[in-house]
Amino acid sequence: MKPHLKSLEAEAIAIFREAAGAFARPVMMFSIGKDSTVLLHLAAKAFAPAKIPFPLLHIDTTWKFREMIAFRSRVAKTYGVDILVHTNQEGLANGINPIDSGAALHTHVMKTLALKQALDHYQFDAAIGGARRDEEKSRAKERIFSFRSAGHVWDPRKQRPELWDVYNTRLHTGESVRVFPLSNWTEIDIWDYVEAESIEVVPLYFSALRPVVRRSGTWIMVDDGRLPLEADETPQMKNVRFRTLGCYPLSGAIESEAKSVNDILEEMRGSRYSERQGRLIDGDGTGSMEAKKREGYF
Amino acid sequence: MPVSPSPLPASDRLRFLTCGSVDDGKSTLIGRLLHDCGQVPEDIVEAARRQSPAGATGPGGLDFAYLLDGLEAERQQGITIDVSYRSFMTPRRAFQVADCPGHAQYTRNMATAASNCDVAIILIDARKGLLEQTRRHATLCAMLGIKDIAVAINKMDLMAWSQATFDVIVRDFSSLSDRLGFLSVEAFPTAATLGVNLVTRQGSPDWYVKGTLLDWLERVEVSRKARSQALRLKVQWVARPDQDSRLYLGNLSSGSLRVGDTVQVGHSGQLAQVTSLLVAGVPSHAAQAGDPVAIELSEHVDLTQGDILCGQTPQPDFASQFAADLIWFDATPMTPGRTYILKGASGWVTGSISRLKYRKDLESDRENAASVLGMNEIGLCNLALSKPMLCDPFATHPTTGGFIVVDQVSNETLGAGMIRHSLRRSANLTPVAATIDPSARVARFGHRPLVIWLTGLSGSGKSTIAKLVEASLWAQGVATSMLDGDNLRTGLCRDLGFTDADRVENIRRTAEAAKLLHQSGLVVLCALISPFQRDREMAKSLIGQADFLEVFVDTPLETCITRDPKGLYKKALAGEIPNFTGIGSAYEAPLEPGLHLKTNDASPEALSAIVTNKVLSQIRG
Repeated sequence: MKPHLKSLEAEAIAIFREAAGAFARPVMMFSIGKDSTVLLHLAAKAFAPAKIPFPLLHIDTTWKFREMIAFRSRVAKTYGVDILVHTNQEGLANGINPIDSGAALHTHVMKTLALKQALDHYQFDAAIGGARRDEEKSRAKERIFSFRSAGHVWDPRKQRPELWDVYNTRLHTGESVRVFPLSNWTEIDIWDYVEAESIEVVPLYFSALRPVVRRSGTWIMVDDGRLPLEADETPQMKNVRFRTLGCYPLSGAIESEAKSVNDILEEMRGSRYSERQGRLIDGDGTGSMEAKKREGYF
Repeated sequence: MPVSPSPLPASDRLRFLTCGSVDDGKSTLIGRLLHDCGQVPEDIVEAARRQSPAGATGPGGLDFAYLLDGLEAERQQGITIDVSYRSFMTPRRAFQVADCPGHAQYTRNMATAASNCDVAIILIDARKGLLEQTRRHATLCAMLGIKDIAVAINKMDLMAWSQATFDVIVRDFSSLSDRLGFLSVEAFPTAATLGVNLVTRQGSPDWYVKGTLLDWLERVEVSRKARSQALRLKVQWVARPDQDSRLYLGNLSSGSLRVGDTVQVGHSGQLAQVTSLLVAGVPSHAAQAGDPVAIELSEHVDLTQGDILCGQTPQPDFASQFAADLIWFDATPMTPGRTYILKGASGWVTGSISRLKYRKDLESDRENAASVLGMNEIGLCNLALSKPMLCDPFATHPTTGGFIVVDQVSNETLGAGMIRHSLRRSANLTPVAATIDPSARVARFGHRPLVIWLTGLSGSGKSTIAKLVEASLWAQGVATSMLDGDNLRTGLCRDLGFTDADRVENIRRTAEAAKLLHQSGLVVLCALISPFQRDREMAKSLIGQADFLEVFVDTPLETCITRDPKGLYKKALAGEIPNFTGIGSAYEAPLEPGLHLKTNDASPEALSAIVTNKVLSQIRG
């Protein structure tokens, strides 16, 4: 393994162990994507041969790709973990969905509010997630142990100082932290690590012939019958893959022939666009990620 | 010097920070550096261009700082508030840059970044030269162990690339850096907005013949990476994979470890052999510094998360008093005597600063006497702890010699320290063990000891109630003693005034006196305003929670002003007494007092009966 991957791995494992020791009820967020999968792999290594000493939680909007849900069951078996699944039932009953409600409302109700519901319900005081600083400008500013006041609010102006690996993990009742073991990893590091450790990820990251339609300058996959088609729209089969995964109507695919991790790395080195470009949810205004994060979004 | 191609440096990612004063162009420099390395994706450049203010001078109206400043408030105010971490790569090396805020009020964020960086770029505005903030950041870099510095003397285009200007600033900086003990310093004339001497030399003046900033970043060898060889393993988690085995998990902060090695538990000195070893979950024979390990030991030892394992030689130094350099981050000043919580390599411990030896004046580089450390100030302190902790000097043990200082009420991180050395004083003083057993005192007096701490505004009725309670207890055969705030201030504490620092010391002395009386088996009544919650917490932790009864004598301020038995409110309201509690100084009401007495609702006699009954049930029950 490359020396810098080895030190990133060591740092991530130390963060996991610190969180396990410092908090009463930690949980690991599992979103099924490549970062989450790497996170799970690292958690397993951190506590081997013992079991991972905290549960996993998936916030299911009911609009994930079918392949993601299949992968979720498979990976739970591979790593011998239980994955708690939470859906905002109230949002579901109110008919919130990414198509009619719009990306912003859907994300707020089915992801942010759903996450807060689940954290409150299980009384988790630490939520470990796979966010990386290189993903986005406001993430680039976040601490590894990132404090949330009661109500899950992030105040970016009042982050706790964080020196060396001496983390201030003290909390009052109702307060919580978000913990980011992959803070210092880049997208390339993730793929390098997937390759080095032979980690299985959702096949949607690799190119295959998939039914897609062209929308907002990107390719949207017709994953099931819920995606309404315009009169002049006909799904076409294209060799596409995804750089990031979320709700399928909000995840843009790129045309690609990359069928292996090495192909992906090669493709990325030539790419002039960022990873989140395919995410339709980030685009509603400058600072929208920061605004969502202040409200409790991961 | 022409740029000579050098081999790839051994390969770990280089972590560096940019620091310096406000508006020296830090974010612009990093934005430009990333841009010129071809490391900024087009959609990000496009987004930053849309946000850039009108009149931005970069290509297509781009303001390079907007590639980094990611918070709304930062864009609105045009400043950097918190550190931005960015990764990039060149064919020679991978980097993570931490772009730090320049404002003094965000020094805590700069220190956060510097603590985990290998090298630093210090920016200086060529028009302004060295400012206080330049000195502060250089000093912090040095304190936090950074040894290799690049000085970017920026905005040289606005000084017509004057070599004389450049030379003067270089000379000023070297007189500073000589004192700070950097091992390598290189200076670069730059113009960040134009990209001169960042990635290319294009536009560089003829008199400057050395390489670019990027050349330096690609080639610099990191001096701070040298670690101590002493074995240090911080235990973060104890795993029980099955009934019989117990695995200790943690990172090897320094030293190396092999199966069969003897290790010792830091705080107890218990010895055991390593019988099995995993590195990152994989069975191994040996581990190196930095490795995440899991070990099994040959003996059952008392060892849990937060503890540290050490090697036998050299013998680790555990002490409850030590000297350390301290950086203070919080708006409330560091006050000697006040109780704080510390976290270092050997876990959490309570303690206080026993002495502030000096405060560093950054402008003159002088060491000045001071009574407190204000926000962003730096000083040398002696600390005293409630139990010993590992005292590795930071200079030789950068991975274990640092600690943070946390507020015991708010849990905020208030400051950070770097250990210089332990103080032998504590090792040579052994508390004399009591010859009379506490249970013998209980048998003699017929009750357990207790400290009753009455807190409330001046004139709230603390002393009145305390006297009634004492008389009533005494009448029922209880051995009592009284420590009254006013009486103490005329004797034991007569050298103290009413500043926050003196109030803290007043409480500390009272609490220590109460502790001695408590150890003698007495029921002690303390009647003091004691306005600050953290100081009452300190008294409680000194005595022990079980034997400490906090009584809140709750009288509204208006009532106290009306009563004004000593005529003090009248004077305070007239401005004759500064820092008078309730008028010029705050009173923090107890959140969860053992007893809450509302004097507007009942007579002092009725209230004292409540206290007396509670006390009797507690000491005789």
